[in-house]
Amino acid sequence: MDAQTVIAKRIALELQDGTLVNLGIGIPTRVANYVPAGIKVYFQSENGLIGTGAVPEEGMHHRLLTDAGGKPVTALPGACVFDSAMSFGLIRGGHLAMTVLGGLQVDQSGHLANWMIPGKMVPGMGGAMDLASGAKRVVIAMQHSAKGKSKVVKTCNLPLTSARPIDLLVTELAVIAFPDGRATLMETAPGVSVQQVLDASEAELVVPDNVPEMAI
Amino acid sequence: MRTLSLPAAVALIPDGASLMIGGFMGVGTPEIVVDELVRQGKRGLTVIANDTAMPAVGIGKLVRARLVKKAIVSHIGTNPETQAQMIAGEMEVDLVPQGTLIERIRAGGFGLGGILTATGLGTVVGEGKQKVAIAGKDYLVEPALRADFALVNAFMADYLGNLAYALTGRNFNPVIAMAADTVIVAADNIVPVGLISPDHVVTPAPLVDYLIAHS
Repeated sequence: MDAQTVIAKRIALELQDGTLVNLGIGIPTRVANYVPAGIKVYFQSENGLIGTGAVPEEGMHHRLLTDAGGKPVTALPGACVFDSAMSFGLIRGGHLAMTVLGGLQVDQSGHLANWMIPGKMVPGMGGAMDLASGAKRVVIAMQHSAKGKSKVVKTCNLPLTSARPIDLLVTELAVIAFPDGRATLMETAPGVSVQQVLDASEAELVVPDNVPEMAI
Repeated sequence: MRTLSLPAAVALIPDGASLMIGGFMGVGTPEIVVDELVRQGKRGLTVIANDTAMPAVGIGKLVRARLVKKAIVSHIGTNPETQAQMIAGEMEVDLVPQGTLIERIRAGGFGLGGILTATGLGTVVGEGKQKVAIAGKDYLVEPALRADFALVNAFMADYLGNLAYALTGRNFNPVIAMAADTVIVAADNIVPVGLISPDHVVTPAPLVDYLIAHS
């Protein structure tokens, strides 16, 4: 299983029946492929859609039916549309059970940086700051390292997305939660040892006596 | 509401005007109005919108033609031309979190002075801004936004100017229609009064100043 599949499958286990969920661009989008059988999740695209469906078949796209990346999608039966003020009211107003976002860095107190690299990449925050501040639960889908450097750091040195800490970090190596503001190793990926996770993390991780393997 | 040709409607817009433009990555942007702004070469524009789309799409065309002096947007990552002009100091870009941006526009259209939001607290967005605490929670004070013109794309307009939108083309459109001194609408379909049922009118006719006639 490749890294992105491990991450997407594990985060899919966090989905709760009947809830509203927003998936960011990239790995988070893939979570929708692994919704557990028997549950119904409402996926929001922040450009104004609940009930975002799969990519349309060739020739079946509609110019006014797109996801938050501007890419063609379908709308599931029961879908609804609304303007951007409503969309962000859903996000900030306590109506969004969970958001899944990508990350550039997560630090050991749960702070997220995911919107710019000063001097290199300034795309703008889009909806990320509202999602990271407003969703009831913030889950980050992120590869553990990039270019040999750990992205699970002691303190973010990139600009933060929110002062509010995230709730859960899922990488291809581990699941990390932040009880009492301390990064705590909850699970390891299949075939990955606790030591491998510690070696791949710049952050100091709290390691409980029993660290189960991801049930993916 | 008055009906105007596309060139006549765009001729109302002077150089240096502030424009709110509907659309999300170009979806729901009044493309014909953008093209006419480029053709008439309106300069020194301030654009308030979700994003600057792509260089050949929607607001991206205004950027590419170097007509934009300042952009107040949430995202420029899909338009390298915006980033290049920003880095070169040729264009001012004010990046605003998307939810804060749309709510500042909503406030501008709803007669409010601004909004209080937790979004941006403890980040560069909050630096130098007024903060208030209400019921023990901290918020940033974000001022309302208005513009000289709103350039709206509707899916349907009736002869009076009642507007309905389709799917994700709605986005910023009905909100900016409240927040500008002059509202110009390019509708995909112009239909007889009554075809849009009262329940389905999103933007009421009295908000619309000019409807662009089909050519």
